[in-house]
Amino acid sequence: MLCTICKEKEATVHLTQIEGEKMHKLDLCEDCAKQKGVDDPAGFSLADLLMGLGVSQEMERASGGSDLRCPTCGHTQADFKKTGRFGCSECYTVFSEGLEALLRTMHKDVRHAGKAPAARLQLRQRQQNLLRLQAELAKAISEENFELAARLRDDIKQLQALPTPAVPQP
Amino acid sequence: MTIHEFLAPPAEAMHRRGPRDVIVMSSRVRLARNLAGVPFPGSAKKPARLQALQVLRPAVEALPAMADAFSVAMDELSPLDKQILVERHLISREHAARGPGSGLVVNRSETLCVMINEEDHLRMQSILPGLQLRETWATLDAVDTQLERRLDYAFSDQFGYLTACPTNLGTGIRVSAMLHLPGLVLDEQINPIIQSVNKLGLAVRGLYGEGTEALGNVFQVSNQMTLGEAEPAILERLEKVVAQIIEHEENARARLLEKKAKMLFNHIGRAFGILANAHSISSKETMNLLSLMRLGVDLELFEPAARAVADELFLTTQPGHLQQQHSEKLSTEDRDYLRADMLRERLLAVSRPKPRA
Repeated sequence: MLCTICKEKEATVHLTQIEGEKMHKLDLCEDCAKQKGVDDPAGFSLADLLMGLGVSQEMERASGGSDLRCPTCGHTQADFKKTGRFGCSECYTVFSEGLEALLRTMHKDVRHAGKAPAARLQLRQRQQNLLRLQAELAKAISEENFELAARLRDDIKQLQALPTPAVPQP
Repeated sequence: MTIHEFLAPPAEAMHRRGPRDVIVMSSRVRLARNLAGVPFPGSAKKPARLQALQVLRPAVEALPAMADAFSVAMDELSPLDKQILVERHLISREHAARGPGSGLVVNRSETLCVMINEEDHLRMQSILPGLQLRETWATLDAVDTQLERRLDYAFSDQFGYLTACPTNLGTGIRVSAMLHLPGLVLDEQINPIIQSVNKLGLAVRGLYGEGTEALGNVFQVSNQMTLGEAEPAILERLEKVVAQIIEHEENARARLLEKKAKMLFNHIGRAFGILANAHSISSKETMNLLSLMRLGVDLELFEPAARAVADELFLTTQPGHLQQQHSEKLSTEDRDYLRADMLRERLLAVSRPKPRA
């Protein structure tokens, strides 16, 4: 059997850790075991290896030293450190420090690519249009092109008068 | 209606056919979604979970795809009901452990299944027999689009769909294929294959997902990363890898037939011998031996009708399904006897495996 980490040397250290009902098994070679501090069982976390190397340090960093608490759900950094789970969607803002470094160890990138809720996309596009028109308006005014400015002002008014796309409320 | 009346009988459930289903048992796509500003189930107290359930359950039930669905609160289900749902792969073991404030909605054909208040507010899955990853995604994508009109999803421009565990962040998608790979196991090639699949950023798990054994030589291959890559790209990568694994499995079977036919026939013959003659047998041993019998059917050592028998027994010999056929509470020992009795009886109708000349 080859070592789980380096996948080169023969595994001689075999570890089993039971968390709740889940059992995690690891097979390491002597060098990797030493490097991960496996000879000191107290100082060793399987989370390191199961989630990718260095994750638990990142988690520690992400969960910081302060006693920050999410105002929406009451989740603390200690809770996140213990469970590896956030308490609500707001936690992603509250505990944003160090989060990117943690995400980088897990994912392809730290920016979402892919599907987004349609109503939100519509809203975002409208905001972008609004920002663009406002910039054009400022420019028109500074150039004393009042005919264009009046037209832009009307366009902005029209855009602002549109009903907000239905982002439903629970 | 009870869950037992709702679910298709095991024979029917196991005979759902799909493309490449000799090796690919099923295709599955799962999406994780949450409500904005509402505590995730893991950190919500019971009243908050019940409140979220009251918002989520009607929205899911109102889906056109959920007409004639089975909808239930998890605390209305007995432990046996839950065990059966796990054995049918309709709910996770985590969800089976949940009670008040969690729910489940399953559509009539058992191809769409929504767990409410599992680790996330919504864990929805689309499941089809054989290799149909694109179809499962298309179905679930449409369902998700309908739901987002009624529910205020937690979504951020940077991080995408927000989930309880940061490992599911972004698309919240898990695409997986359940593969029967006895050839690669017998040919001792499964470990290098698993390692190379892991290197591509995909996970290989056992029959019941995370942290479970590959009972019956069944492996689940799924994407690991969910953030920074769009759904179609994730799907395509998994599709390519699954196609390669299928090819490796086919090659392994061909190689075994050519180079190690004696060993292969010996395994299959002994498996059938034990299944057809044992008087006490565990669930784990049964699954592993039924896997070899199924391989024997694939290799035409049995008559084609034996496939249905093997597939059905794969489900009906599992602990929950076995208990369900008996009114009295069975101990593990009782189950091992009754399982062996059932196997001996059902396999009477199957002729011994005969290697082709």
